[in-house]
Amino acid sequence: MRRVLALAWRPLLLLVALLGVWELYVDLGGADPLILPAPHSVASSLYDDRALLWSNFVTTAQEVLLGILLAVAVGFVLAVAIHFSRTLRDALYPLIVASQAVPIVVLAPVLAFWLGFGILPKLVVVALVSFFSIVVTTLAGFASVDPDLIKLMRTFDSTRVRTFRFVELPAALPGLFTGARIAVAVAVIGAVFAEWTGSSSGLGYLLIQSIPQLLSARAFAAVVILSLFAIALFVLLTLAERLLLPWAHRPRGERSI
Amino acid sequence: MIEAPVKEPRDLGGPEGVRVEVVSRTFKSRRGEVRALERMSLDAARGEIVTVVGPSGCGKTTLLELICGLQDPDAGTVRAAPAVLMPQRDLLLPWLSALDNACLALRARGISREQARSEAAPWFERFGLGGFERARPPELSGGMRQRVSFLRSLLSGKPVLALDEPFAGLDAITRAEMQGWLAHALGLESRTVVLVTHDVEEAVVLGDRVVVMSPRPGRAVAEIEVRLPRPRHRTDRAVAALREQALEALGVSE
Repeated sequence: MRRVLALAWRPLLLLVALLGVWELYVDLGGADPLILPAPHSVASSLYDDRALLWSNFVTTAQEVLLGILLAVAVGFVLAVAIHFSRTLRDALYPLIVASQAVPIVVLAPVLAFWLGFGILPKLVVVALVSFFSIVVTTLAGFASVDPDLIKLMRTFDSTRVRTFRFVELPAALPGLFTGARIAVAVAVIGAVFAEWTGSSSGLGYLLIQSIPQLLSARAFAAVVILSLFAIALFVLLTLAERLLLPWAHRPRGERSI
Repeated sequence: MIEAPVKEPRDLGGPEGVRVEVVSRTFKSRRGEVRALERMSLDAARGEIVTVVGPSGCGKTTLLELICGLQDPDAGTVRAAPAVLMPQRDLLLPWLSALDNACLALRARGISREQARSEAAPWFERFGLGGFERARPPELSGGMRQRVSFLRSLLSGKPVLALDEPFAGLDAITRAEMQGWLAHALGLESRTVVLVTHDVEEAVVLGDRVVVMSPRPGRAVAEIEVRLPRPRHRTDRAVAALREQALEALGVSE
């Protein structure tokens, strides 16, 4: 707990200072509260609209979590395919890069027409914006294996599959986690975009409903929740990695004897 | 990704030995050709420890990879019993315990985890690693890691061990300890050994025979029989005399 406090007090202090400046700016008439609500009205919206925010959060959280899971599955399979086959690498890699240049704002409505207004098009959008970093970091994990280790496995008469299972796959797992962590922030943005183009719930939907109604405090409250969600996911992934892959994390000072 | 070639049954260089005959190996790189080995020859009889010493970049690693069947010669013949590599760095897998690292060669052959562990476990006591079975590689000292790495290669069961500067990364004290330990371990479990090193003293202390190589392109320029009783020490007068002989062959007389 003390360590958490030691780690958290500096960003918290900075945050409080920024909020203070923001509050003063709005209170002193620097901005119309309908356009930029003061932090205290965002805070009261967080409390007053808690039921509404919660039910919409549940929708968005589902989209983000399932979308990231889909991205991990697809990204991993693609990384393995690219790693194993030179031909697939040449064929797939340019297309994977190109897929990231497709503007989501264009794609999301098309997907909505195609896949309907349920959760499916949201999952596709979230997965599409998330899988790229997973492919790249997982491939970097495969490439991090020392070539001498592969030679060693060959002199052990290992099959290609066993070398993958015992050496390359474990070596790539930290990369998979890193990719998922990078994906978290874009996944949340992806879910919001997807909700804007056809949905009846979710924090993105709430955002696009609140702004024309001049409920800007509520819109800001939704953004606060989205940010906290992204931070929570990032921290959870980090903790899960330390738990599942303790060997990949070695604090300084704990050197070999 | 490198595909493992289909292993053809290779001619044995005598029963369980190694015979490298006038082998040449050239690599093509962007800047032209690099001749790693030229008319290199070397023999190791069954159970013999041959140490190969030469300046850095003289094709020692290429020689070992030829013996292990990881490369093919451009000219000449390599006949060797099945050989296993022990790389310069220990290359232990950080996610496995010391015991499971030692099991890797067995697991690579498709042996179950339980069976591999029960096969590897008795060696820990013998190799001075008792009690460290469950330790992770970063918790082991450099010498212990090297011993686990050696055990891992040994448990492949192959008759020939190709050791690539196995103690180069260790500090002087640990290196001396490990040299003594290796001689002891090979006494327990006799194998045909080809050990390359750039340390002339190490070559004399460990080898039954020392092969001296020329700078690139590497070939054998001298062969020194070491008929000295073990354990040998760096400071022995006979060791020092042979060391002088090897240095002279390397062209580094003092």
